[in-house]
Amino acid sequence: MSKCRDAIALAAAAAASVAALSSGFAQDAGRSLRPSVAPPAHAVAAAKRLGIGRAAAPEEIAGWDIAIRPDGKGLPPGKGTVKQGEALYMERCAACHGEFGESAARWPILSGGAGTLASHDPVKSVGSYWPYASTLMDYIRRSMPYGNAQSLTNDELYAVTAYVLYLNDVITDQNFELNDRNFATIKLGNEANFYDDDRETAEKHFWNKNPCMRNCAPGAAKIIGRARALDVTPDSGKGPKVE
Amino acid sequence: MPSDDDQDGLSRRNVLRFGLAAAVATSAAPAHAGDPKNLPPNVADWSRHLGDGVAVRKYGKPSRHEAHVIRRDVEWLTASRESSVSFTPLHELDGIITPNGLCFERHHAGIAEIDRDDYRLMLHGLVDRPLIFTLDDIRRMPRVNRACFCECAANSGMEWRGAQLNGCQYTHGMVHCVMYTGVPLKILLAEAGLRPNARWLLLEGGDAAAMTRSLPLAKALDDALVAYRMNGEALYPENGYPVRIVLPGWEANMWVKWLRRIEVGDQPWHQREETSKYTDLLADGKARRFTYVMDAKSVITNPSPQAPLNHRSGFTVLSGLAWSGRGKIARVDVSLDGGRNWRTAKLDGPVWDKALTRFYYEIDWDGSELLLQSRAIDETGYVQPTKGELRKIRGVNSVYHNNGIQTWHVRRSGEVENVEVS
Repeated sequence: MSKCRDAIALAAAAAASVAALSSGFAQDAGRSLRPSVAPPAHAVAAAKRLGIGRAAAPEEIAGWDIAIRPDGKGLPPGKGTVKQGEALYMERCAACHGEFGESAARWPILSGGAGTLASHDPVKSVGSYWPYASTLMDYIRRSMPYGNAQSLTNDELYAVTAYVLYLNDVITDQNFELNDRNFATIKLGNEANFYDDDRETAEKHFWNKNPCMRNCAPGAAKIIGRARALDVTPDSGKGPKVE
Repeated sequence: MPSDDDQDGLSRRNVLRFGLAAAVATSAAPAHAGDPKNLPPNVADWSRHLGDGVAVRKYGKPSRHEAHVIRRDVEWLTASRESSVSFTPLHELDGIITPNGLCFERHHAGIAEIDRDDYRLMLHGLVDRPLIFTLDDIRRMPRVNRACFCECAANSGMEWRGAQLNGCQYTHGMVHCVMYTGVPLKILLAEAGLRPNARWLLLEGGDAAAMTRSLPLAKALDDALVAYRMNGEALYPENGYPVRIVLPGWEANMWVKWLRRIEVGDQPWHQREETSKYTDLLADGKARRFTYVMDAKSVITNPSPQAPLNHRSGFTVLSGLAWSGRGKIARVDVSLDGGRNWRTAKLDGPVWDKALTRFYYEIDWDGSELLLQSRAIDETGYVQPTKGELRKIRGVNSVYHNNGIQTWHVRRSGEVENVEVS
C-alpha cells in the first residue's frame, strides 16, 4: 500500500498548501489511513448491527467471485497454449477485434501501437498501454465474448489470454502454456507510466481567489475553430458511418 | 467582434443539413405564429370538447408537442448501441433536477433487465460475515435522500482537439442530477464487519459486462450510497434497476449499475475500466490513474446550438448549469465577448453540495454577435479553466475530464454554433 500512502501524502500536502482548499478527496484520503480517528456516524451504526441479510455460502461466493488482481489473487486453476488460443480467438474474437488484434470497424484494438502514446494518435492497446496482464484475463473472463459473457472454460480463458499476449509480443513462443502458476510472471511494459491523480498539486494554479474580470486577454476574441467545419453532429447526415 | 468567414449566416441548405434538433428549433419560429383558428378571438377545440379522463394515462408522459425532448446518441462514436452512450437534452430542461426518462445512458453490454425477486447483492472479502441481501432487505434499512450530479468522465471528451459536436446535448449531455434514495454504503459494511486490513472495495455490476471498479474504502465510509430510487421512483432499468452505487462528485463510471457484488480487499483490482479506460493519457505518454473527482464545470444551456435565440433582439435570460465534484458552486461568471470581460450570474434555486446548480444571466440583447462563455467557481476556490489552459497541462489525448470553458457563437440571426476562440 505504499503507493496509496504516497497518494494520501500528496493529497494532504495539496490540501495544506492551497489556501481555502477543503477538498473532499484530501479529507477522504486522510480518513482511510485511520478510520477509527474521529469516528463518523457509521462507527455508531457499526456498534449496533441491524441484523439484516443472510450469510453468503462459500459456493455462492465462488460462483460470482470472478475478479483477478495483478498479484494473482483470484486466478482460476487452468492452462492453455498460444496455439490453442489462436483457434478460439479466430472463432469467437476475430470478427470484432481483427485476426491480429488490429480491430474491425470501431471495436476495441488489442495490439500494436508501440511507441505511440506521446504522439498525436496514441494507440492504447494491451501491449502499448495496459499496465497489467491480469486486467486482460479478468476482463475476458467477465465480459467476453461480447454477448456471450462468462461462457469460456478456465482452460479456454488461459488460452485466449495467451494468444492476445502473443499478438502483443509479450509471449513470443507459440507453444507457450499460460497457467495459474506462471501467470504472475507475465509483465506488461507500460506499468511504470501510470501515476496516481496529482491534479491538486500539478494543477494548483486552477485555484484562484481573484479570477480576472476585465480585459482578461488582449484584443477581441477571434474564432479559431468551428463545430460546423467538421459537420459530424448527429442528424446532419455527414457523420462517419459505422459498419 | 469575432472574425467571421461566413458572415451571411447559414444558407437554407445548411440550415436543413445542420440537424434535426436545430431544424426543429429554427423552423419552430414560424410555427410559433400559431394556427389562427386556435387564437383569439376564436375559441380552440380544447376549450370546447372533453379530453381524456383520469387514469386513461396510467403513467403520465410529456405533451406530444414535446416529443423532440429526448435522449440522442452519436452513432459514429461507438461500435454498437449496447456499448455506447446517449445524451441528456440539457437545452430543453430547466432547474436542477433531470427527469428520470432523460438521464443520459452509458452501458457496456446493454441494459440488464433484472427481476426484483431474483435480485441479490453479495458482500464478501475482508469482512467478518459475508452476506447476501435481497432488495427487500436493502429497502428496509436506514436510508437518506440526496440530490447529486452524475457526470461521465468522458463528458466533453470529443472536444479535446477542438469544437466538434454542435449542441450542448452532445458536448455536455453526459451529466444528470436526480434525487437518490439509498442506504449509506457504510451501513452495509458495518453489517458485514470490516477486517482491519480492509482498504479497497470492488464494485461489480450484474450486467453482461460485469462492470467493475475499485473504490477506496474512505469514499465508501464517507458518502457512498447504495441507491434504489431516483426522484422518488424505483431506479429505471437503464440507470441500474434495482440497485446502483452513488458516489457524489466522482466520475460516473464508478457508479456501478445493477450492483450485484461488493468485495472488500486490501488493494485495488486494476480492472479494465481503471487501466485501459478512465485513465488520463497526458502529452508525455504517461497517464494519470484514479482521477475520481469531477472538476468544476459549467455550460450555458440556453441559448446553445440546438436552442437558438428566436427573438432577434431585446430582453432574454441566458441560462446554464454549473457543478463541482469538490463541493458547492460558489459563483458563476458569464462572458459575452469570448472571455475578455466577465460578469457574475445569479444562482437560482438550491445550491447543493455536488449537485447541478442553475444560473441565470439577464441581457437586453442588441442583436449583435455574441461569444458566450460561462465559468464556474466552487467553494474550494477552483476556477473552471479555459480549454487552452487545460490543454497546456493535459495535452489533447486525455479523452477524460475535459472541464474547459465552452464557447457558443451567437450570430445576428440568433443561430448558435460551438466554436473555439483565441
